[in-house]
Amino acid sequence: MKASAFAYARATSLANALELLATHGDKAKVLSGGQSLIPAMNLRLVSPELIVDIGDLGELRGIAVKGETLVIGALTRHADLLKSSHIVKCAPLLAAAVAHVAHPAIRNRGTIGGSLAQADPASELPACMLALGATIVVRGKGGERRIAAEEFFTGIYETKLGPQDLLVAIEVPVASPGSAHFFQEFARRHGDYAIVGLAAQVMRQGDRFADLRLGFFAVGDTPVLAKAAAAMLTGAAITPELLAEASAALASELNPHEDQQATPAMRRHLARVLLARCLATLLNRPDLQTGAGV
Amino acid sequence: MSSIRNPETLSALDRPNSYIGKTVPRPNLDRLLQGRASYVSDMELPRMAHVAFLRSPHAHAKIVSIDAAAAKLMPGVIAVVTGGELAAVITPWVGVLSHLKGLKSAPQSAIAIDRVCWQGEAVAAIVAISRAAAEDAAEQVAVKYEELEAVADMRTALDPATPVIHSSLGDNLAFERVHDAGAVDQAFAASDAVVEAEFVFGRHTGVTLEPRAVVADWNAAEARLTIYQGTQAPHMVQNIAALHLGLREQQVRVVCKDVGGSFGIKVHIYADEMATYALSKLLRRPIKFVADRVESFNTDIHARDHCCKGKIGVKRDGTILAFEIDDLTGIGPYSMYPRTSAIEANQVVNLVGGPYTSKNYRARARVVFQNKNVMCQYRAVGHPIACSVTEGLVDLAAMKIGMDPVEIRRRNLIADDAYPCASPSGLRFEQLSHQASLTKIVEMMDYQALRADQAALRKRGIHRGIGIASFIEVTNPSAAFYGVGGAKISSQDGVAVRLDAQGSVICQTSITEQGQGSEALTAQIVGSVLGVSMDRVRVILGDTDMTPYGGGTWASRGAGIGGEAALQATKVLRKNILDVAAVILQSTPAELDIVDNAVINVSDGAFRIELNELARIVYFRPDTLPPGIQPELMATKHFVPREYPFAFTNGVQAAWVEVDTDTGFVKLLKHWVVEDCGTIINPQLVDEQIRGGVVQGLGAALFEKCIYDERGQLTNANLADYLVPMSGEMPDIDVGHVVSPTKESELGAKGAGEAGTAGAAAAVTNAVNDALKPFATIITEIPLTPQVILTALGRI
Ligand SMILES: Cc1cc2nc3c(=O)[nH]c(=O)nc-3n(C[C@H](O)[C@H](O)[C@H](O)COP(=O)(O)OP(=O)(O)OC[C@H]3O[C@@H](n4cnc5c(N)ncnc54)[C@H](O)[C@@H]3O)c2cc1C
Repeated sequence: MKASAFAYARATSLANALELLATHGDKAKVLSGGQSLIPAMNLRLVSPELIVDIGDLGELRGIAVKGETLVIGALTRHADLLKSSHIVKCAPLLAAAVAHVAHPAIRNRGTIGGSLAQADPASELPACMLALGATIVVRGKGGERRIAAEEFFTGIYETKLGPQDLLVAIEVPVASPGSAHFFQEFARRHGDYAIVGLAAQVMRQGDRFADLRLGFFAVGDTPVLAKAAAAMLTGAAITPELLAEASAALASELNPHEDQQATPAMRRHLARVLLARCLATLLNRPDLQTGAGV
Repeated sequence: MSSIRNPETLSALDRPNSYIGKTVPRPNLDRLLQGRASYVSDMELPRMAHVAFLRSPHAHAKIVSIDAAAAKLMPGVIAVVTGGELAAVITPWVGVLSHLKGLKSAPQSAIAIDRVCWQGEAVAAIVAISRAAAEDAAEQVAVKYEELEAVADMRTALDPATPVIHSSLGDNLAFERVHDAGAVDQAFAASDAVVEAEFVFGRHTGVTLEPRAVVADWNAAEARLTIYQGTQAPHMVQNIAALHLGLREQQVRVVCKDVGGSFGIKVHIYADEMATYALSKLLRRPIKFVADRVESFNTDIHARDHCCKGKIGVKRDGTILAFEIDDLTGIGPYSMYPRTSAIEANQVVNLVGGPYTSKNYRARARVVFQNKNVMCQYRAVGHPIACSVTEGLVDLAAMKIGMDPVEIRRRNLIADDAYPCASPSGLRFEQLSHQASLTKIVEMMDYQALRADQAALRKRGIHRGIGIASFIEVTNPSAAFYGVGGAKISSQDGVAVRLDAQGSVICQTSITEQGQGSEALTAQIVGSVLGVSMDRVRVILGDTDMTPYGGGTWASRGAGIGGEAALQATKVLRKNILDVAAVILQSTPAELDIVDNAVINVSDGAFRIELNELARIVYFRPDTLPPGIQPELMATKHFVPREYPFAFTNGVQAAWVEVDTDTGFVKLLKHWVVEDCGTIINPQLVDEQIRGGVVQGLGAALFEKCIYDERGQLTNANLADYLVPMSGEMPDIDVGHVVSPTKESELGAKGAGEAGTAGAAAAVTNAVNDALKPFATIITEIPLTPQVILTALGRI
């Protein structure tokens, strides 16, 4: 398990990084935390000719609040997300989610930019981006592009990023007062990629939801914002019957894969369990816990 | 700790300042913790080259041609060697043992010659200046295969329509054993309830932190091969390497320093290791092979993979009248060398029903070939199968007659005063303690309180379960295991101890250390028996040039056999020292003793002479000793159990689990073990052996499985998809002991290395079924994945 030979360049500036990518195109690969790229290279699943290490680009690192927007640099490590008071205050969903990403050693190196660029459908952070309505900031040959998270993820390990693009930052609307979140995933072991997970960001109004964004992951080629289910549950009085209907709608919104952990039927079932648990928790309604027809 | 039988006499172990029975730090800890251990993976030798093996992507295929021309031109490549070319220096082997009647297998080569029989079998060796260069070149070797139909499913391996993997063998049946004891049919007829079930066990493997690693160094000038290898049995490797390379054993030295875990994985002879020895001889230079993780999954032996039908007959009062099993296991395309792949099934037949008084027992075990990776002995060989089947059946019987699982065991476990006696399969037990162990575990877990908790939580929709599993464990094997079948695997071990010129002790032992504490327990025994402090004892192991001849460390034998040899050798040394001391001090040996590194008077404990001073006189001033005195400050003893073929141990495990019936996830809340390994030399080492073993058993219960597709492709050969148990999911494991020393040895120690693995999965499965009682479903398949549980519950 040794990577095949490759050249290595440590980018000295954002411009230098973009130049290297422009020159080498899809023969080059960006190296961020290396926690997905390096294992893939060692297994010879990918054999880039050039590695462009962006680790020195300080301008891509850091978490800041700019007005109503939380800006997270692409190089921000999982461990930093977990520690940041900005994140806890402005996007507590992210803080809850990151605790489920891998293990401390991997979180010390892995970055949010790498995770989003990798676009593993079982990953936590891409689903959070959907739930939070984030914008992905990309720099490429033609300058800067701002892509809504909902548009960004296009397939398994596929995004709107081209081979000459660099993901530079993520912008997340600061959580407004009265908002709430729910994060839960089912994984066989702590730190594993999820069998199914749910990252939800909501606005409550009394005992109802004014807004409900349900970001499911490991339920298809990309993370899925369950819009049909959410629409049924928004603004309405939540009854077990309504939950059952929304659950049925959810099941048809998802297109899960079969793998060694679960059949599509099991994934749909677990997604329904998560939906019920999410509503039960956020509304403090234990009666909904098993009310999703599960 | 309660003792149900104390040795009547004080032995050398009960001396002042004895280390026996004490938790003392392992002398090798600093070496390991400061990164100064010597692992083969880290070794470098001058002119050393690296080998990477090109491995078959097919489960079964003819090799039509191999074109290595391009690879040979790659930078850094030294040689590309095919199976045919390597056959010039190494002969093939057949993994059979004569006492396993009817066991057959086909000749296996170090590198496949014209056919590959599993995905991962090596087809060519690429030797280069680095592993990376070898891997680069491996990509350039063009192999043309003609795919053959793969035999993947063991259940259909014997069907007439299934291709025969080795036509010379006639069929795919490697081995079959039947056993019929007592009057089984009458017993079932007389039973008030008869319960049947089919138990399914996933194929899994022992994932060692350090993969298999070997450096082979053929020195043509000396005509000697030095093999540096992480192995559990250096003398076995020496014998086999010599045999197949056409050398005398004396021409082969096997050195085994630190080993990053073995669990039975490293007690076999692997084709790629044999190829590495042969390549060194062929290329006349040191060659290194370190399996990478993918290779480890594809070539390290797998284990279990059983499908076992079971049947139990029971009276209404709980008396178990009979057991019957029909076991099927698939072992890959070859029986492994030299221990064979029939041992696990054979053990299953031996062990089922073992803890119980019922004597009516019928069993059949069939071992079949298939085109998957080889299977062989891994920690607790056969035990988890036998224990899960037996204990699963006992619980099913209890459920059927409405009896508490503890109660049915109390009524049927062999009484502690009934020994010596024999198992239904005819194995002899010297002294076990099932009843005392059960009593103890019930106390430790506060069984009644747990039952009350369970009932209270049930009302709130929380489903928890308790599982109990009694077990027996085979330890300290005599020649009955392998030697009688013709394998050159020693069941005896030897220890040499000598006093050095400053009064310290050098101890050479034939057992090996792979992390379990062989070094520590040997030093504890030597220090205690001789009367010197442990820091004065240096233990040397793992070198066929330097240690006495012996079996090594496997089958829970190191402490019981190697430890006794250490005890006996040290007793002789002690006597020799006291003889000289008596001469020097003008006393008699009987009046003298050794305590705290010095000779003292027995009568008043008065100091007489430092060992240091005694050694100085013996080695440097023997002229001052009376005429005719020839001191002998080195002693060697060997030991092998002669009375019993195996020292059986016993114990019981209990699991407390919670099942989320919406998700199928099982949470392990707590685990208890009571076990009886006889004399405990180092309580901490024993407890950690038990805990480590339990964790491997829990891995089998919930997580670990080598998943093959219908074409014989291993689909999860990496640590992301193959789930090893990790600390986050593990429960606290409380360990208690009952002590019944074996009388076979003065030390009285039996083995403890496999007890944890033997019963853990059975306890968890029983607990899950107990938790699911209200749902009227029984699961008899492991691993107990969420998918399996949700399916059983009809939720998906
Ligand atoms: C054992 C293990 C367990 C894991 N478990 C989880 C888990 O449970 N959940 C989870 O989400 N992840 C998990 N991961 C992955 C981990 O979170 C990675 O950190 C993450 O997927 C990639 O981040 P990275 O910074 O390491 O990226 P890299 O590995 O450096 O890069 C990943 C990919 O993204 C590209 N890339 C990186 N940065 C940029 C950029 N700024 N612009 C454009 N392209 C870029 C690279 O070229 C590469 O193709 C696990 C990893 C391991 C090794």
